[in-house]
Amino acid sequence: MGNKQTIFTDEQLDAYQDCTFFTRKEILRLHGRYHELAPHLVPMDYTNEPDCKVPLALIVNMPELKENPFRNRIVESFSEDGMGNLSFNEFVDMFSVLSEMAPRELKAIYAFKIYDFNVDNYLCKEDLEKTLNRLTKEELTPEEVQLVCEKAIEEADLDGDSKLSFADFENMITRAPDFLR
Amino acid sequence: EDELEEESEESEVRPESLSPEELEMLKEAVYERKKLVQGLRGKPWPMKEKLVTLRESQEFVEKYEGALGKGKGRKIYAYKVMMSKKWMKFQRDFENFKTACIPWEMKIKEIESHFGSSVASYFIFLRWMYGINMILFCLTFGLVMVPEALMGRPYGTIPRKTVPRAEAASAMDFAVLWDFGGYAQYSVLFYGYYNNQRAIGWLKFRMPLSYFLVGVGTVAYSYMVVIRTMARNANESGVGDDNSFNFSWKMFTSWDYLIGNPETADNKFASITTSFKEAILEEQESCKDDNIHLTRFLRVLANFLVLCCLAGSGYLIYFVVRRSQKFALEGLETHTWWERNEVNMVMSLLGMFCPMLFDVISALENYHPRVALQWQLGRIFALFLGNLYTFIIALMDEINLKREEEKIIKFNITMWEASLYNATGSENSTALPVTFHPADVPRGPCWETMVGQEFVRLIISDTMTTYITLLIGDFLRAVLVRFLNYCWCWDLEAGFPSYSEFDVSGNVLGLIFNQGMIWMGAFYAPCLPALNVLRLHVSMYLQCWAVMCCNVPQERVFKASGSNNFYMAMLLVILFLSTLPAIYTIVTIPPSFDCGPFSGKKRMFDVIQETLESDFPAWFSKVFSYASNPGLVLPFILLMVLAIYYLQSTSKSYKEANVDLKKKLQTQNEENKRKNKLAALKAQTDLEEARAATQTAEQKNNNASLQHQHGETSSFRVKIKQRISFSPPAPRTLHPDTHRSLGYLPGGGFPQQREPRMHRVPSLQRH
Repeated sequence: MGNKQTIFTDEQLDAYQDCTFFTRKEILRLHGRYHELAPHLVPMDYTNEPDCKVPLALIVNMPELKENPFRNRIVESFSEDGMGNLSFNEFVDMFSVLSEMAPRELKAIYAFKIYDFNVDNYLCKEDLEKTLNRLTKEELTPEEVQLVCEKAIEEADLDGDSKLSFADFENMITRAPDFLR
Repeated sequence: EDELEEESEESEVRPESLSPEELEMLKEAVYERKKLVQGLRGKPWPMKEKLVTLRESQEFVEKYEGALGKGKGRKIYAYKVMMSKKWMKFQRDFENFKTACIPWEMKIKEIESHFGSSVASYFIFLRWMYGINMILFCLTFGLVMVPEALMGRPYGTIPRKTVPRAEAASAMDFAVLWDFGGYAQYSVLFYGYYNNQRAIGWLKFRMPLSYFLVGVGTVAYSYMVVIRTMARNANESGVGDDNSFNFSWKMFTSWDYLIGNPETADNKFASITTSFKEAILEEQESCKDDNIHLTRFLRVLANFLVLCCLAGSGYLIYFVVRRSQKFALEGLETHTWWERNEVNMVMSLLGMFCPMLFDVISALENYHPRVALQWQLGRIFALFLGNLYTFIIALMDEINLKREEEKIIKFNITMWEASLYNATGSENSTALPVTFHPADVPRGPCWETMVGQEFVRLIISDTMTTYITLLIGDFLRAVLVRFLNYCWCWDLEAGFPSYSEFDVSGNVLGLIFNQGMIWMGAFYAPCLPALNVLRLHVSMYLQCWAVMCCNVPQERVFKASGSNNFYMAMLLVILFLSTLPAIYTIVTIPPSFDCGPFSGKKRMFDVIQETLESDFPAWFSKVFSYASNPGLVLPFILLMVLAIYYLQSTSKSYKEANVDLKKKLQTQNEENKRKNKLAALKAQTDLEEARAATQTAEQKNNNASLQHQHGETSSFRVKIKQRISFSPPAPRTLHPDTHRSLGYLPGGGFPQQREPRMHRVPSLQRH
């Protein structure tokens, strides 16, 4: 309010406010963080919509993501090329979905994408095994891993194809009390 | 919409040239676009697509909205459009402003990333409490304290507003002020200062009415806020403890995405692993009885010990309060500091040590940690409640004592006044009114102020105890562990005592009980909400600092979510229980005769009656008297009871319907699984048979008529498609087990085209 910033035009800021859950100040702050990741790559002036992408390796070093076992998958599922290089649009989109203002349904859609390691639109057994190993840092024995994955599929799979489609996942996750975090 | 776009490409759209239906369609299209723009945030599209859609929709809306406006009533339409745009802009700015106003957001986020969501939930709760107390403070300050201070009679003009002659010498002493005696007692902070004049100042502000209504309003507001928050939480959490998705939930929802600290992350990994191992163990072995009699005996013993503790602490408090009354009668100066503050100290110390005792006792019980935590919370709750109520009972004794005293004092006052008149009795009745200094008038004991003072002292000592425990228990301990570690025999940081963890449940309970005391005492000491606001403010900064500086993340990281409604429920219970004593005293005990805004009335709520009679037009009081007629009130109550019963039974039936649906879903699920298993099995056997048949058939006839088989193949292809219709082409991961069944997939390129054809052959051969 009152300070003239030249990073974005007003229309751009309004458009971002319409497309994400962020306020004006938060979007500007996000741009600051994005710029910090790669000061030589990211221009300060976004008014002509430059096309630059920050590589995966820099993004997963952000303090918010560094400790997350799924950080690579998170960044990959928001990137257009699937390799994890995010433009500013995708960066903002990612944090908008991860923010606490995003509704449960939206988070469920992206959570499904994150846990789908082989990107086949299904959570098959390998996806679950990889998830579990990331979660427990491979502390469980292979038999235990097998058991847990089988039980999980048994619990959530509704159409009986021994993998979880998005409908199965959504049905299971919307009842979970802990999901929003 | 499509045909309109086509039209626009061909020729310029003239709204006058459109028929009414097309106009309607256009309006609807514009409306749809607007809705799309509003819901754009929640769509799972990539950002570029969203931005493009946004721009397109906005252009579309602008183009056609403007065009629509050229028709009839265009001025009004254009005006409406402009107003709605301005309104949206205002809303957006207001949202931005509101988010900027939320206090302590960055602090809490930092704590969240270091300690996880359960510790952060305490601070969010603290902030919420701060908000409530702020509103209560505004009510009491703005409507009670300020009017009396500005428009009421100033200090020293009437007896109740002056420090009595006997106490005047020590009225400014710090010790007296800290105890809320002296000048602090005779000020707007306490009930006794307020004058019972019906209307004060040039505004004719109805002071007693305002005092009463603010008292009622604080309680009503608190109820409303707590119940609203509970309802919102209940909506979000949905079905409480559903055990049907145990493993799936553990897998997909146990990671806390807010963690940003490596140490916390390590702890979280460890706790997730442990939780999985526990679940696996439970799944694998059937429940072992493991000497259930011993366990039961131990649990009964533990509960018995806990009951003894509770009874002991209750008796201790009662004993101490009676002793302090004795001390008060003998005069406070003859006793040491401890004896003067005994009550508060004992209550605070009990609150500190008994939970630890309960913790030790619960080791006997051998419960699952979550169950043990709930028992612990329940016991601490019972402890605090018992202490509080014992305190109140002791207070009631004191109140009764004071009321007895009042009768004596009333008698004394009449004697004193008579003596004064006699002394100036030589003047006749037309003489000037007797002038005496207000400080000299004998005073009635003011039990309301005494109650208020007791609560204020309790809150202060509670606060002090908390802060000192914090500084010693957490800070000093951390300093010792850090610096003594260099010269100590064993590793202080890893073994005993190590750094302390942040006790979420203990702190939350403390906060809830503190609030209960505020609610109880706010009617008699309007300064309590102000005091609490100050206390919470300081607590926030102090505890944020202490947590970041002296605490380590918890080893067993429990989720905050399930407990959220639990804490709200406790708050509601406390609210109810703490307003009970206040309501009881208001309704049954007559107010003191010479202090407070209700002095001279028979009961405090008579002020409402008085207001109705004098301030409202005559017909209003008639209406009110009709409305308060028992003949009307009883049927109303009956109606409400019936409504509650009805709502209860509908909600029960909904729950049952819910359970039924779940069961149906389960059975359907199992059905599907069974069917698919059968289909997969059948497909497998078919494949094997077909393979076997291929070899024989290839040997027999190589030149079978292709046309005949082609037709069968295609129809068979269709059948296979239908059977395995829900498995789309999976080009990469063909699991080794299901490889054979997937070989039938149409997307797989039909590697073995012969099988379908050959399948027919064996059946034909059979026939």
